Amino acid sequence: MPQVTLTVNGKSATVEVEGRTLLVELLREKLGLTGTHVGCDTSQCGACVVHVDGVSVKSCTMLAVQADGAKVTTIEGLAAADGTLHPMQEMFREHHALQCGFCTPGMVMAAIDLVNSNPQGLSQDEIRHGLEGNLCRCTGYHNIVKAIDAAQGIMHAPAAE
Amino acid sequence: MYDFTYQKPATLAAAVAALGAEDAKAMSGGMTLIPVLKQRLNKPSVVVDLSGLGLSGIRVTDSAVVIGAMTTHITVASSAEVKRAIPALAALAGLIGDKEVRHRGTIGGSLANNDPAADYPAAVLALGATITTSKRSIAAEDYFQGMFTTALEADEVITSVSFPIPAKAAYVKFKNPASRYAMVGVFVASGPAGVRVAITGAGQGGVFRHAGFEAALTANWSADALKGVATSADDLNSDIHASAEYRAHLCGVIAQRAVKAAG
Ligand SMILES: Cc1cc2nc3c(=O)[nH]c(=O)nc-3n(C[C@H](O)[C@H](O)[C@H](O)COP(=O)(O)OP(=O)(O)OC[C@H]3O[C@@H](n4cnc5c(N)ncnc54)[C@H](O)[C@@H]3O)c2cc1C
Ligand code: FES
Ligand code: FES
Repeated sequence: MPQVTLTVNGKSATVEVEGRTLLVELLREKLGLTGTHVGCDTSQCGACVVHVDGVSVKSCTMLAVQADGAKVTTIEGLAAADGTLHPMQEMFREHHALQCGFCTPGMVMAAIDLVNSNPQGLSQDEIRHGLEGNLCRCTGYHNIVKAIDAAQGIMHAPAAE
Repeated sequence: MYDFTYQKPATLAAAVAALGAEDAKAMSGGMTLIPVLKQRLNKPSVVVDLSGLGLSGIRVTDSAVVIGAMTTHITVASSAEVKRAIPALAALAGLIGDKEVRHRGTIGGSLANNDPAADYPAAVLALGATITTSKRSIAAEDYFQGMFTTALEADEVITSVSFPIPAKAAYVKFKNPASRYAMVGVFVASGPAGVRVAITGAGQGGVFRHAGFEAALTANWSADALKGVATSADDLNSDIHASAEYRAHLCGVIAQRAVKAAG
């Protein structure tokens, strides 16, 4: 069986997998990181989004073997060691951007990538379109967009650098 | 998903050799292959990962934009060089799927797959691009051979695609709001290959050139020239999203928008 070595939330892990093992399966079943969710079979919902080498990907549509040598960040890796939430998490809480919470880990990971890759700032309309890979069955998106808008202000603030 | 052996060769020759095995399958971004495997629609013995071959990158010359097969959609969409040389091509790449799909999906994978609703085939056909493989160079006309069908042989790997730089071009896509694939996407171009109009998403046989639109635009490059030029619904798709007649109508509407956008 193939072995993959990757860094997940700053910790190195070496895991035996099958060729067909998905990255999300490695994270949830081998490493116990169940914050990353699976919401569909069609690569369309975005509940499984994590960062691989700094960019957002659907972990349900990547083989674990493709992540060999990569740095992976999941929702569990965002908060500081003392438990202080990432600004995106804090703004999701503040703006009531979740109801059942199923889509939230993927939403937060996608949103952080969206904000990071747009240092010039995004309009609410651009945020809404930027989330096209993430589905939410509860909120109607409105508060998610508000939360991301608020978070980009904090993430791009010079003091936060 | 059925299990398979995973291989990641370091050279093109090794990849071609690995693809010679029975039921071997190439993988680039996996954005099409993995969903297909998850549905057990395909049962490869070996999956050959092409990401170790150094096939990504963009080169712009005076007359062409050459894109390596492993270049991701996001790289093309955000490339300053592509935006300068063929802005319509960068814009097209930015319309594919969603950001997570664009981070992994590649131009080579998209063209090898030749989904009848994929975006890149429209650019390749309208710009008269040339597809280079491990064996040969293939002109766009000869490459597309019906939906999900191309001139590629089983052990042939796309290595790059060369797009001649047009004088004017634009791509307009009418998206299916759920899947984001094209219900109808029209790429119009005027350049070294003449005036060309390629339509994706609509045809039963995949991407096609629209002779009526091309003749009208050759005579008079303006959106108005397309008014009243008919599109036959005969060979168009009917599915739960739209009837063939609806798609035929959309071809005209979207082509007019594309000509306006090209200026
Ligand atoms: C949710 C979602 C939405 C999408 N929306 C769109 C959209 O709007 N428009 C659009 O155009 N596409 C869309 N796609 C498809 C996406 O563009 C894929 O990236 C693309 O179709 C396949 O590229 P890939 O690199 O992922 O190829 P893979 O999935 O790795 O491979 C696809 C096929 O091509 C073969 N192959 C791959 N690379 C090569 C090569 N270099 N030489 C020879 N054969 C090769 C493989 O064997 C396989 O059969 C979407 C996909 C998803 C999951
Ligand atoms: S689980 Fe739905 S996109 Fe990954
Ligand atoms: S909060 Fe329930 S799916 Fe988004």
